[in-house]
Amino acid sequence: MNFDFSDDQKLLRDQARKFLFDKCDRKSVRSILDDDQLHYHKELWSQISEMGWTGTAIPEEYGGLGLGMLELCVIAEELGRSLAPTPFSSSIYLFAEFIKNYGSEDQKKKFLPSIASGEKIGTFALSETNGTPKPSNIKTKFSSGKINGYKSPVSDGESADYLIIAANSDDKGNRNSLSLYIVDLNENGVNKTSLETIDPTRPACSINFENVEAVPLGEQGMAWDMIENILNRAAVLYSFEQVGGAQVSLDEAKKYSLERFAFGRQIGSFQALKHKMADMYVKIELARSNAYYGAWALSTDSNELPVAAAGARVSASDAFNYAAKENIQIHGGVGFTWDYDCHLFYRRSKLLSLNIGSTRQWKENLISNLEKRNIV
Amino acid sequence: MDFNDSQQEAAFRKEARDFLEANAEKRSIISDKPNDKNPQIAVAGAPETVKGGKEAAQEALERAKVWQKKKAEAGFAAILWPKEFGGYGGSPIQQVIYSQEEHDYLVPSGYFEIGIGMLGPTMMVWGKDEDKKRYLPKMITGEEIWCQLFSEPSAGSDLAGIKMKAEKDGDEWVLNGQKVWTSGAHFADYGMIVARSDPSALKHKGLTYFYLDMKTPGIEIRPIKQISGTSNFNEVFFNDVRIPDSQRLGGEGEGWKVALTTLMNERLAVGDPPGLDFDQIFEATKELEVEDGLAIKNSEVRQKMADWYVQSRGLQYTKFRSITALSKGQTPGPELSISKLVTASKMQDVSAYALELMDSSGMVHHDQNPVLKNLFQNGYFFSAAMRIAGGTDEVLRNIIAERVLGLPQDERADKKVPFNELPSGKN
Repeated sequence: MNFDFSDDQKLLRDQARKFLFDKCDRKSVRSILDDDQLHYHKELWSQISEMGWTGTAIPEEYGGLGLGMLELCVIAEELGRSLAPTPFSSSIYLFAEFIKNYGSEDQKKKFLPSIASGEKIGTFALSETNGTPKPSNIKTKFSSGKINGYKSPVSDGESADYLIIAANSDDKGNRNSLSLYIVDLNENGVNKTSLETIDPTRPACSINFENVEAVPLGEQGMAWDMIENILNRAAVLYSFEQVGGAQVSLDEAKKYSLERFAFGRQIGSFQALKHKMADMYVKIELARSNAYYGAWALSTDSNELPVAAAGARVSASDAFNYAAKENIQIHGGVGFTWDYDCHLFYRRSKLLSLNIGSTRQWKENLISNLEKRNIV
Repeated sequence: MDFNDSQQEAAFRKEARDFLEANAEKRSIISDKPNDKNPQIAVAGAPETVKGGKEAAQEALERAKVWQKKKAEAGFAAILWPKEFGGYGGSPIQQVIYSQEEHDYLVPSGYFEIGIGMLGPTMMVWGKDEDKKRYLPKMITGEEIWCQLFSEPSAGSDLAGIKMKAEKDGDEWVLNGQKVWTSGAHFADYGMIVARSDPSALKHKGLTYFYLDMKTPGIEIRPIKQISGTSNFNEVFFNDVRIPDSQRLGGEGEGWKVALTTLMNERLAVGDPPGLDFDQIFEATKELEVEDGLAIKNSEVRQKMADWYVQSRGLQYTKFRSITALSKGQTPGPELSISKLVTASKMQDVSAYALELMDSSGMVHHDQNPVLKNLFQNGYFFSAAMRIAGGTDEVLRNIIAERVLGLPQDERADKKVPFNELPSGKN
């Protein structure tokens, strides 16, 4: 059994960690948090693009590094640790994966090189209303080459140049009505409105579409299948970001508990706090192991992916949400001040656990996929 | 990343599988879980004694001994032990592979693990050569069963608080006091014991370690009836029990050090708890009906199931990470320390929830219970013990906090004071 990353992949992790430690300190993260006009850290984005990270899992013929999904998992964990304020997940885990997996040869040639180089940013839009997206609440329509409708929230929508959009190609409103299209967001008829999010370092907007030109992506009427697959792939990568963030939350809670004295001793010597941190550790280890399994399924295109991805996602959301909230608790009063960094993780943990579907939804996915697997 | 065995590992796995296929019966998900015939006690290691009466217990013991002999002859009984004592001379990864394979079969367990896993290795480190030759081979074949006499009424989580008196009388020691939670004392031939030889020394300095014949005069064994109605443990009383000094392991006052050797092996000895887990409740939810149809179709049920699934598989994959380290000849990280902590509470939650799903029939716990063969009723009681035996949830959290995370030890009132001057409450 070799259930671990390779030495090369670990080397990549060490390099990425060191790089982000230098280039993505908390000041960088806060520069996006504190400025309504900034949607991502442009300098950091161009640096990580120059390093080739954006092209990690994009084949060389389309301008990427041609490495595998395991390498992308390694990078994802480091981005999660550093709270990197970039559109990496939208552009790479979602947009690039849609094109890579379902684009025509021409579409791959057209979009992937500029996405791999970081020059262009892509994202994905599904949701239109409150609650879980499903065939009955997707109203955006495609006809005669044009999109009309409304999407919200669209992660990184304001930074994005390109969009994969889910829209109905007929009026039946069933599963097979929905298709995917590619939109150039710089076209006429695109109207973006900023939305504040619970983590402004990961922004979103709403977009109104009025007769916007669009081209089909993949087989028409098969949008839900494609979306499920790409969200499963993305869920594994998100879970690595979440494990990274959870680990730093624990590390910082621990550090503070060793520095802070109360009742004449380090607060980290009190069992009430030790047990809390032990529980964080337990959840993080379970999440890490589930994420590894997801990484294995992702990198081998295994039939296990739907179950493995949902398991990784549920476990990682649980770990990061818990670690981030208890990190505030261990810090006490200062933990809920703007000055201390605890809230950066608290914000990010909840945002990540909602961004590609809530934990609740992924739990449902997990069980329904287990049922399907049992029948097969 | 892959789950493939190396060539050598695959060969060993085949060897193990062939042996099991020829000699044991396969286990199914629901019906063969812990019950009277096959009482799997994951942590404490002792089969039940009361249900089915003495005769049934004796028969089960005989069956276990027959099985153990076969297993020993095939070489699988003590894979990690050196060949000179009858072991396989194998590697930790081989032990893991064998355990994985055996896990799928219905075989007796709970009789020999403490001896082979913990006490034998202690004797290898601290025993004299003639002791090793005399006792170790019979430990493997199951001809002689060993028990561990550590815990006392006032020394559980705080194990070094042992009060059992050991007084020297010429070439002999005289033991007086009481041990408790002793798995298998009633069928064990030998035991290993820690006792206080110098109450005026510091707590960890005044202990001495011995082995003894469980038939030595003055030993009285009484089973403890648990909330499950069964008995997995005993109280053992010592009244002027005389043992020769030659049965001392380690020096006088070195008992704690020797005990640590035993305890260090505990983690390795604890196998896969085969008890209640996600798979069992998943099967059950496909049979049980709730207000809106089958339980598995109910949204609240599904949400809970997902939590248990990721805990269960998370532990399994954590083990894979450790096995990977073993397979590369490295020492696994601390990640396995979470296993029992997660498993015990999960079993308790799963059992309690399954009873809820049965609605009022969840109350029923009689021998012919047609609903899932009492699986969850038994789990409901057994899990409460599992959260305590082999290290309480709280002790395990302390261990993670201190040894894994490096957080400070709690302030101790018992480090610098002679044992007999420590406050000890009503005991």
